[in-house]
Amino acid sequence: MKNLDSVFAAYLIGWAVFFIFFVTLVKRTSDIRAELERLKNSLSRSK
Amino acid sequence: MGKRIVFGVAAVLLVVAAAYANFFVAPTERTMGLIQRIFYFHAATAWAGETTFFVCFVANLLYIWKRNPKYDWLGVTCAEVGLVCITVVLITGPIWAHPVWGIWWTWDARLTSTFVLWLLYISYLLLRSLIEEPDRRALLSALFGVFAFLDVPLVFFSIRWWRTQHPAPVIMGGSGSGLDPTMNKVFFFNVLVMHIFAAFLIVERYVVEKMKNDVELLQREAEAQ
Repeated sequence: MKNLDSVFAAYLIGWAVFFIFFVTLVKRTSDIRAELERLKNSLSRSK
Repeated sequence: MGKRIVFGVAAVLLVVAAAYANFFVAPTERTMGLIQRIFYFHAATAWAGETTFFVCFVANLLYIWKRNPKYDWLGVTCAEVGLVCITVVLITGPIWAHPVWGIWWTWDARLTSTFVLWLLYISYLLLRSLIEEPDRRALLSALFGVFAFLDVPLVFFSIRWWRTQHPAPVIMGGSGSGLDPTMNKVFFFNVLVMHIFAAFLIVERYVVEKMKNDVELLQREAEAQ
């Protein structure tokens, strides 16, 4: 099983990059959704 | 939202199936052994990244022509997803290269042009962050995106035009190239899976861009009151 550690590292790090990107997307979506709700509420209150 | 979750779950299941095929279906390569199994993930991710940059290029051209903000959203979305794919390629490549070549990196034509591609799309995203006015930001980044895409064919043809450290192409490489039939099937299954996974990320990232636009519209409305 020569180089098993390198194969494992390549797959693990590669998928970690995709996973981190996906987590940032989820975070950005939830932050923007909260901002959207806040703006909608403040606009409806001022009308 | 429901369709997006189903798409995400399907993409992840396909990724698991592709990983299974890479380790348990594809035969072990005679010269490199186990380390060659990085190829399926590394090359398929590179292809998905380059396709994503092509979609970005088309969106950039359509924005310049039609000035529809939806093309700008698609452009930045694809630039970001493509950049993530190329980041993975630039990480998995050296991990594969080190045991085989004895070095992590060399400035050969394929590696250098790929690194330049990565820098170009980082510049694309940096440029966007520096311009506040939305129409100006969209136009300038679309123009820069068209220029940045010129490096993609260079990356593709670099191992055909120059013989350097990176291996010659085994797919579409002309006579003398090619893969074992099972390896070929596993590789193209990986290409399909990585394209589906990239499409999933594009959908999720596009939603963020659309919502950002909604926030900007509401902010302008609030300021006008």
